[in-house]
Amino acid sequence: MEQAIRLTTPLTSADVEKLRIGDRVILTGVIFTARDAAHKRLIQLLETGESLPFDLQGQVIYYVGPSPAKPGRPIGAAGPTTSYRMDAYAPELISRGLKGMIGKGARNQAVKDAMQQHKAVYFAAIGGAGALMAQSILSAEVIAYPELGPEAIRRLEVKDFPVIVVNDTHGGDLYVEGVKTYAR
Amino acid sequence: MREIHVNEITNAIRDMAIHSNTELGEDVLNSFKEALEREESPAGKDILQRLIENARIAKEELIPMCQDTGLAVVFVELGQDVHIVGGTLRDAVEEGVRRGYDEGYLRKSACHPFTRQNTGDNTPAIIHIDLVAGDRLKLIFAPKGGGSENMSRVTMLTPAVGVQGVKEFVVQRVKEAGPNPCPPTIVGVGIGGTFEQAALLAKKSLLRPLGSSNPDPELDRLEKEWLEDINRLGIGPQGLGGRTTSLAVHINMMMCHIASLPVAVNIQCHSARHKEVEL
Repeated sequence: MEQAIRLTTPLTSADVEKLRIGDRVILTGVIFTARDAAHKRLIQLLETGESLPFDLQGQVIYYVGPSPAKPGRPIGAAGPTTSYRMDAYAPELISRGLKGMIGKGARNQAVKDAMQQHKAVYFAAIGGAGALMAQSILSAEVIAYPELGPEAIRRLEVKDFPVIVVNDTHGGDLYVEGVKTYAR
Repeated sequence: MREIHVNEITNAIRDMAIHSNTELGEDVLNSFKEALEREESPAGKDILQRLIENARIAKEELIPMCQDTGLAVVFVELGQDVHIVGGTLRDAVEEGVRRGYDEGYLRKSACHPFTRQNTGDNTPAIIHIDLVAGDRLKLIFAPKGGGSENMSRVTMLTPAVGVQGVKEFVVQRVKEAGPNPCPPTIVGVGIGGTFEQAALLAKKSLLRPLGSSNPDPELDRLEKEWLEDINRLGIGPQGLGGRTTSLAVHINMMMCHIASLPVAVNIQCHSARHKEVEL
């Protein structure tokens, strides 16, 4: 396999434009967690013109609802959740500066179009490898909606967090191309 | 009458909640290793290796292998010569779920369908009770995650479509599910019965150990044939392309109405978790 590409968050348009589907990327820096319940609230804030709990510019959102941290640990298991549930909300966030999303599973055309138009990428993390993924998370802090429990927005500090580019800024889709290679 | 105190049930459920979520069965691990030898896709091989590594970390550090520690699905086989004392069976199971999910640092995923308000303790559990002969109580704990459950379906086919039509529905379901249910998956198929019975047959088929044969030779043949068809789809581990879309197809079948052909497909992600105990 190709050598992995190292990127530090926040990401720029130049960072993401050079990525191609199938690229293995190692992320380091701060990323934010949000699932559907949190996305719904973020969109409501945007609609009423209020400020978000974090600045979207160049940021990466990780679709995850971690299990509770054991004492002495930053987080419990923390693998990706299925991304289509965020499709209704993602284009708006992308148009306002979001540069990356981490999840698992296919995105709809509206999200793919927004990624091409506004230069953003969709990464897959390994679904169900929550214990392994947690090893790359150094700290976790709830910054909004603690009442949502696992669905609260968390600020994660990650180091060498492994992901794969599924949708790039050029219209590529690894889920489509990868399957074509092996279907018979 | 043999008496079983509810505390025994609560403790057993608590322990199984924790251990089912942190220790992947040897049958599933062996299945990963076999798939690793067959898989041609480099990304697919990499993912299978990481899943084996993930299971090792979860077991050693006693943390869940997947953050989605599921709704608590519990199968109870209650001997009709057992008398449960000290409270009700349902309350005992619910208390075990409450304790297991709290003390095991497991995620609580139960919520109200409309408000999405989390119940906070992962109850209610989904409890299926079978009354059987004897004076034993068997408890099976099978937490089920949302991602693969969302990709499951029940349908009522026209009898004319026959076995070919059933196969097409099953393979098409796996194809449409694509990367969403965390492949490599186990495909549980329930055929026959009624609408709700088909779903239960499919779910129960997932409890059979991986690598075991279906006791019915005809169904055993179909399981192997359908698995080959599914693995020709090319979806592969995590849907990134490859040979290992599913690890197994399991079929449970029973008689149905002369007008009906109910079929359920219950997809199980690779975190195929279940533990059982007999009291």
